[in-house]
Amino acid sequence: MSVIVQEPQTEQVNQLVVNDFNINVATANGSGSQTSNNMLIRSLYKMGIPVTGKNLFPSNIQGLPTWFNIRLSKDGFLARRERIEVMICMNGATVAEDMESVESGGIILYDDALPIANHRKDVHYFPMPVKNLVKAANVPYNLQRYIANMVYVGVVAHLLEIEMDEIKQALIWNFGGKTKPIEMNWGIVTAAYDWAQENLTNDQPYRVGRMTGFNEGTLLVDGNTAGALGAVFSGFTFAAWYPITPSSSMAEGMISYAAQVRRDPETKQATYAIIQAEDELAAIGMVLGAGWAGARAMTATSGPGISLMAEYVGYGYFAEIPAVIWNIQRMGPSTGLPTRTSQGDILASYFLGHGDGRHPVLLPADPTECFEMAGAAFDLAERLQTPVFVLSDLDIGMNLWITKEFEYPEKPLDRGKVLDAEALTKFKDAHGGQRWGRYLDVDGDGIPYRTLPGTDNPAAAYFTRGTGHTEYATYSERPDVWESNMQRLAHKFETARTLVPAPVVDEVDGARIGIISMGSNHPAIIEARARLRDEGIETSYLRVRALPINGDVRTFVEKYDKIYVIENNRDGQLCEILLVDLHDLGYKLVSVAKCDGMPLSARWITEQVTK
Amino acid sequence: MTATPTRTPAARAPKLNLIGLEKTEYKGGDSTLCNGCGHDSISARIINAAWEMGLKQHEVVKFSGIGCSSKTPAYFLGMSHGFNSLHGRMPSVATGALVANQRLIGIGVSGDGDTASIGIGQFKHLVRRNVPMVYIVENNGVYGLTKGQFSATADQGQTLKYAGTNPYMPLDICIEALAANATFVARSFAGDAKQLEVLLKAAIAHRGLAVLDVISPCVTFNNHDESTKSYAFGKEHETPLHDLSFVPSYEQIEIEDYDDETEVQLHDGSWLVLKKLDAAYDPTDKHLAYRTLEDARKQQKLITGIFYIEPETPSFLDILQMTDTPLARLDESRTRPSREALATLMAGL
Repeated sequence: MSVIVQEPQTEQVNQLVVNDFNINVATANGSGSQTSNNMLIRSLYKMGIPVTGKNLFPSNIQGLPTWFNIRLSKDGFLARRERIEVMICMNGATVAEDMESVESGGIILYDDALPIANHRKDVHYFPMPVKNLVKAANVPYNLQRYIANMVYVGVVAHLLEIEMDEIKQALIWNFGGKTKPIEMNWGIVTAAYDWAQENLTNDQPYRVGRMTGFNEGTLLVDGNTAGALGAVFSGFTFAAWYPITPSSSMAEGMISYAAQVRRDPETKQATYAIIQAEDELAAIGMVLGAGWAGARAMTATSGPGISLMAEYVGYGYFAEIPAVIWNIQRMGPSTGLPTRTSQGDILASYFLGHGDGRHPVLLPADPTECFEMAGAAFDLAERLQTPVFVLSDLDIGMNLWITKEFEYPEKPLDRGKVLDAEALTKFKDAHGGQRWGRYLDVDGDGIPYRTLPGTDNPAAAYFTRGTGHTEYATYSERPDVWESNMQRLAHKFETARTLVPAPVVDEVDGARIGIISMGSNHPAIIEARARLRDEGIETSYLRVRALPINGDVRTFVEKYDKIYVIENNRDGQLCEILLVDLHDLGYKLVSVAKCDGMPLSARWITEQVTK
Repeated sequence: MTATPTRTPAARAPKLNLIGLEKTEYKGGDSTLCNGCGHDSISARIINAAWEMGLKQHEVVKFSGIGCSSKTPAYFLGMSHGFNSLHGRMPSVATGALVANQRLIGIGVSGDGDTASIGIGQFKHLVRRNVPMVYIVENNGVYGLTKGQFSATADQGQTLKYAGTNPYMPLDICIEALAANATFVARSFAGDAKQLEVLLKAAIAHRGLAVLDVISPCVTFNNHDESTKSYAFGKEHETPLHDLSFVPSYEQIEIEDYDDETEVQLHDGSWLVLKKLDAAYDPTDKHLAYRTLEDARKQQKLITGIFYIEPETPSFLDILQMTDTPLARLDESRTRPSREALATLMAGL
């Protein structure tokens, strides 16, 4: 990566810190700060600066404190970073704490109406006359509260030297080109900028500068949007969902994109259906009904929804019905922390349901993988005729990530082993005289053939049930019939092992330590490995992208003296699953797990490996 | 012209329906229910109705939940796909399947436990959405498979051998359906073959969801004479609202207009003719339907017939505005937008 930083023109500061600090914006939920924050991060991104945005929001509609953390990293590290250099205080409820949180030498911009005590000598304070600027803007009373947040955009743009033209472009993008709100907001941004220019002495060290070499060929997007696009472009025809944080925006994204590209331009007829169900029990029921009838069907939910879906997921496993279930993980157990991230549903998803059963689980690490795995999950579900989970999380799903542009999927859809009327007639000849049976494994991979309702062939019909059944789908309670069917399902799961996405491995010569992790931890692992290297510790890294794990994981574990399994939950759930398959190597595995609702940081990971 | 050859009388020509099939071809597997179970009579009526209407079995899908009643789709229309789902969760599966392939004719069979207890939520939402299918509740007021517990439709004060006396008021499935804005609400009695068959045909022809609450006594656990879900009670107390006849769309419609008849045309062009016993009964009057059901409950009367019908309401499938090809049959060229479409959407991010 070649990085060119244009030196900003500045007066009177000795040591400038360029494109390498955190901005934290403290506001109240529902005050419209999202627009202001998106404008900031978008304009920084468009200036070519590696940025990441983490929205720390409450489970509330209006009033509770919210923080938006923007990390700028000229070196391209995009994990959450705990330190704050630039603090913007707009919320009286948290202002004291917020001001304490700033690094020594940092700066604090604050609404000058907030009740504060400027006692720290080691930071720069910049009061902002929010009330006066809003008053002068002469906007309708009901909009004043929203527009107030534009003040800090203007002030911080001046102090950090964010290009005003990029802010304008971000504003135009945000309001979809609608002139009235653009003008109103732009008016207050420029007023604040002008005020800052005239009234503030910019004697603080933090600056931004245009860069190249990192953001080219990328998007700034959240994982739910990416997953929604992925589904729309990988042939989904049916989705049923029930609103639940943090997954709702995925279903809503699908509604929006599908309406744009999956309806006939003239008749408006849709090549899909999206149904808001009455609850998650019904959402998964609809998905199984649709999948059974031949649709490419999916749902998106989160932990509490997964609990409700347990009975139908077990049914889908046993009756062998394709379904894709997106679990945008939030912190559990129970209602937990609905607006905080977690990787706590690995075990629950992998083993969901009573009785013996396991389900393929895909583990995207960023929005691009959400896009790609949307299609991969459908292919696997239809190939394997079973429910397949995609485990994203709130951090990937709802935060803004710089991520590789999505590649148009070239691979044809895999619709699995479906017999139409003609193929059914020819089945016997094609399979050595063997009559078709719904649960008969003729190929030796554990995967039987299925027919769809509506197939015009008298032999096509079968009766689908969650009770014991023979290879020909008739009812049976015979011990041998039951057990051989269960063994075939276990065999099918071994086939799944060969089909799911393989891990991504980065091995370093001479490393004695291995790191295994998954999903949204990826940016923190990259950064932690760089820090460890600085301390003279080389590490190799394997990122699990799916369960069940394949042979690559064993090979990796065998190679290293010690393997740290890093994850965002309490119990080390990925480590527990690895121990099931690699119990003979279990002595090498060290579980490194944390569950505080926040994305993992490189600092914490580095500490765990070096302690 | 040559003379027509004289036909030798055949052994006995089997009776064939419109599409040339014998009735036996509409059967399913052998029933495993108790001898004399009302549910088996209902299966026989479904077989007869489907045969007489000349339904193509591959266009029919059967759904059920869990319980004695839910086993029965295995016993009729053996050449139709069937989905014996989870307890109380048939409506969602049926919704998904019928949206995936809107050409299918859905027939769901549930019981009073499956619909009125564990499945009341999904049932009411199925009704609310007006998913086009027949929803039969084989209602006996008792849990048979788990050996004789009360269901939510059991009468207050009713006594069962093991469960004792029921202290709670029952839910009335027809009233629940009406309250959820059902477009077809009817009740019948498993022992009334003629009426049940007419209702089944009308329900199949109905454009939206047709709720058919069929009192089907449990011969093993709930056949005490005092129960409203017993044979003796049913036979003695059954008061049909009207005499029914169903005129399928493929027959020429020649109905003489009597003063005491109401005709309802269904979306496929067929007619339901109601000959009123109660001259005042108008099946398009929802208030009347509520009152009739409530009065019947108070008077412990088994009123049968169509309480309410509204043939014009758009079905769930109409509302979804889907392409004519069923979703399940769309190929990749229709379900994967172009490279340019992706580029455009990405540019907007």
